[in-house]
Amino acid sequence: MSTVVRVNPIACDGSGLCAELLPERIRLDDWGYPIVDPSPLTPELREHAQRAVAACPTLALLLQKDAAARGT
Amino acid sequence: MSAALAPEAGLPRLFAGIRRDGLPLQLGAHAATHGPLPSPRGLIELVTASGLRGRGGGGFPTGRKLTAVAAARRRTVVVVNGAEGEPVSFKDKLLLRRAPHLVLDGAALAAAAVGAREAVVALDRSAGEEIGVVSGALDERRDRGLSWRLVVVPAGFVTGEETALLSALEGRDAKPSFTPPRPFERGLRGAPTLVQNVETLAHVALIARHGPEWFRALGTRQEPGSALFTVSGGVGRPGVYEAAFGTPLRALVEQAGGVRGQAGAFLLGGFFGSWVDPAAAEGLSLLDADLARAGAAVGAGAVVVLPAAACGLDQSARVARYLAEESAGQCGPCVHGLAALAGALETLVAGRGDSRGDALRWLEQVRGRGACRHPDGASRFVESSLEVFAGEVELHLRGRCGGRRGEFIPTGGAA
Repeated sequence: MSTVVRVNPIACDGSGLCAELLPERIRLDDWGYPIVDPSPLTPELREHAQRAVAACPTLALLLQKDAAARGT
Repeated sequence: MSAALAPEAGLPRLFAGIRRDGLPLQLGAHAATHGPLPSPRGLIELVTASGLRGRGGGGFPTGRKLTAVAAARRRTVVVVNGAEGEPVSFKDKLLLRRAPHLVLDGAALAAAAVGAREAVVALDRSAGEEIGVVSGALDERRDRGLSWRLVVVPAGFVTGEETALLSALEGRDAKPSFTPPRPFERGLRGAPTLVQNVETLAHVALIARHGPEWFRALGTRQEPGSALFTVSGGVGRPGVYEAAFGTPLRALVEQAGGVRGQAGAFLLGGFFGSWVDPAAAEGLSLLDADLARAGAAVGAGAVVVLPAAACGLDQSARVARYLAEESAGQCGPCVHGLAALAGALETLVAGRGDSRGDALRWLEQVRGRGACRHPDGASRFVESSLEVFAGEVELHLRGRCGGRRGEFIPTGGAA
């Protein structure tokens, strides 16, 4: 199953580290909060994504299985 | 506001037998009108077959929600969602005031169907006399094996959002949570919870009595049944009206006494809905499939008629500011984005500059970025404001709009 990046917007305080570490999937909006591209992570991005998850100071960045990411 | 008897065949349903003096139907009169509380056996199948969808604005299939909660192998809870924070919606309050037992019947039936022994009726502080009415109605009932609680939580636009309501019921702030888990998985104090809108439960009570075919005798195949609509603004008799899905918008407005003077625009679906100009509104029916052509949806059934004399851009800016202030304040894009969008509309109203480019970029950045749907609904409203009042924007940029300003659409004093 493929994996996607997801942000918990309540926990996120806009440190911006994730966009620095995973620019292939994450850019910042006008206020510095991450806009996440929900397309599946390619194998070569997996490690970068994990590093971004670990770097988030508020633990707001998650890796999620694709099916669950689609919500309810 | 008043409840009017609909002239349409097969109606009223929810308002059947209601008293003209404004007092609630008491248990005896309620049973005489609708018949005794039926058995909950097969309820989930009946509701699923009826095609009933939630009437709180989300439109989620009620049968699926019941099925999900019933599938839990744990103690479950039913929550009657009476937090009607939308300033232009009054239908849940009115239904509770006039026919409280129909709503409570639906909750009791749903509780039996999902195995819940506890039902919580949640109202918010915007509620008035319905608090006493519901309390009195609960005293009249004898629902074996079910314990009722009536809880009044703080008012707010976001309070009715399921996870926000549960948070308020647990004594915390009425703020949405990050999902999953959804309430049907983990809700009130961790129990799988059925959160169901007031009007939805009243329909459940009738479907249990008369069956899905009866329910489907009104409406269309895809959008069956009837619904309550709150019609306000520039009409002869603002109030709550019952109409079948598929009823022409024009017929609903006629029921409400018709447009007073000339309409400048229609706001369909409340503050999370869309503006529709009178030409586009002509010929529309109360169906999502039809309203989608005009970028609108039935939502919770709030319809506002804006008089032609009012400045639509000014009204939009006020509503946008209200929605920004009603953000739960948890998610950055909602906090900053909605404030920025309201500011962009205010800049246009004041003729201080052309903020349309900024607004369009922010709309893109805000959509889908919250834990709940608040930023999505608010940005849809702003987007339709810019589209429908594009002509007014031009006038404002040239300092030439002669429309009346000031609070025409109520926003509870927040704007």
